[in-house]
Amino acid sequence: MTSDPILRAHELSKAFGGVQALSMVSFELYPGDVLGVIGPNGSGKTTLVNCITGFVKSDSGDVYFKGKRITNLPPHKIAGMGVTRTFQIMRPYYSLSAYKNLVIPLFSPRARRTGGWRGGGKLGSRDTVAVDILEEIGFERDSYVPYKLASALPTGYLKRLELARCLALRPEIIICDEVFSGLSMSEMASMVPLIERLQMEGISLVMIEHRLRELFRVANRVMVLNFGLKLLEGVPEEVVKDERVKEAYFGSEEVFGYV
Amino acid sequence: MGKEGLRKERLDRGIKVRTDRVYAISGWREISYLLIPRLALIVGLLSLPIVFITVPYWQRVVSIICIYALLALGFDFLAHYVGLVSLGGAFFIGVGGYGAALLNTELGLPPFLTIPIATLAGAAVCTVLFWPCLPLRGVYFAIVTLMYPLLLARVIEALDVLGGTDGIIGVDGFANKWMEQYLLVGGLLILLFFLRRLVTEDIGLVFRGVKDNDQAVKASGISITTYKAVAVYITSALGCLAGACLAHIYMWAGISQFALDFSIIPIAATVVGGAGTLVGPVIGCLILVPISELLRDFGTLRIAVYALILMAFVVFKSEGIMVYCTRKYHQFERWVSI
Repeated sequence: MTSDPILRAHELSKAFGGVQALSMVSFELYPGDVLGVIGPNGSGKTTLVNCITGFVKSDSGDVYFKGKRITNLPPHKIAGMGVTRTFQIMRPYYSLSAYKNLVIPLFSPRARRTGGWRGGGKLGSRDTVAVDILEEIGFERDSYVPYKLASALPTGYLKRLELARCLALRPEIIICDEVFSGLSMSEMASMVPLIERLQMEGISLVMIEHRLRELFRVANRVMVLNFGLKLLEGVPEEVVKDERVKEAYFGSEEVFGYV
Repeated sequence: MGKEGLRKERLDRGIKVRTDRVYAISGWREISYLLIPRLALIVGLLSLPIVFITVPYWQRVVSIICIYALLALGFDFLAHYVGLVSLGGAFFIGVGGYGAALLNTELGLPPFLTIPIATLAGAAVCTVLFWPCLPLRGVYFAIVTLMYPLLLARVIEALDVLGGTDGIIGVDGFANKWMEQYLLVGGLLILLFFLRRLVTEDIGLVFRGVKDNDQAVKASGISITTYKAVAVYITSALGCLAGACLAHIYMWAGISQFALDFSIIPIAATVVGGAGTLVGPVIGCLILVPISELLRDFGTLRIAVYALILMAFVVFKSEGIMVYCTRKYHQFERWVSI
């Protein structure tokens, strides 16, 4: 890693009441990285996303994007700089059709400046660009799917719509909160090449995931969280072998001994 | 003899090929199919002042209908396209009314200047005062906005500023009643079609996004507070225009312009006319305000009868007249044997 980190979190902490959701978590994301974040339920993964993207104000610590401090800026400012996120619970605009869902991010100041993903700088019509993005991300252009109401779309397409909403901003970083959850095997299989393509195009990704098999196919580094603490960080092959990780997921030998 | 062996069939009529905004029109028949409802509204509203030419009292009622319709239009836009339920209609009327009255009496400006200034500047004042409540949603926004007109009325009363309980008297009237009527009717029609256009434009989609899912709008790099403020500005501009006209019609601005009527009747009109249709609230006002006038003969029972009519609407046609009529216009039903 010769280049500077594109995203750097420094000792982030957040407590909700008495629960320390995050304590002193630091990590670095380099350009072109896919960083996997894993950990048992309640280990603070989603809180980490919320703190980085400004949806939750962190108690202490700092986040730097390309060396610039973005700690606790409002979410729309952070998204406008190119650090975008998806939501674990999908949040499409249910009353709008799929491509109209993308017109809203394409209306944002950042997209108007950059033209959206592959929009070519100038936005002729946001509707056209929206359908283009949807096609790139796996909606069949000539089918009726892009024109369907979001409330009528199956989960697989909604997950793609979440990613498409990020792409409309022409992002530099996408933080994915469980893009594989709720998908069928074949849908997951088609999602993996998509993630690989985003990486090829120079977008850095942070992927929060429970589906380890798929995650390890795309991630080049993995960070493990447990009880809001960073347990370790390393390449996938090392992480799965680590005793501490097994302990976090399955409980320690001693606990089993007492039962 | 029943309906055995029969089945109700519902057929679409009119233009088959249509999306949100694009119609495939192939002839005069289809053009007239689209134009007739719109022309009926435009011609109907424009002819109202002429129809009542012999009864000046009802001509005044037409003006009042338009004032309520402007408020109802704003309420419907803000509640069903942006997701902010505002009960502050009277606040907009009051700010617009007092603004126009002050500009007229203190600075001596004529109505054709006071009305636009009071509309634009008054809306800015309303937006700034509403700014602190913009993060609120749902019933909390409704409660806080309900407080604004009550608060301002009490402040004026207690501090005895702006004419105190007497109000500001000596405001110029309109040059003639035709100007008054057509300013209101024409303004209402223009603003109605402006808003209908606005909600289908891209900025309108952002408004609907704020209503549907404000977290996703934030994640898209758009400031929801800014867009909520823009929407409140549009709504309060409609209200302030209505208030400024009201002050010139009555040649007076006073505390009763903060009355609860201006907050409640627009909502009732929206319920009667059909929520989320924009035209519905205007039609709702065309029904409710004349009913309210006709019921003056009942004296104090007026409110009771009025309430019964409203209840009947909510129970039997809760979707609203506009939604019902649109459905009936586009489809027809018939019994067919199986």
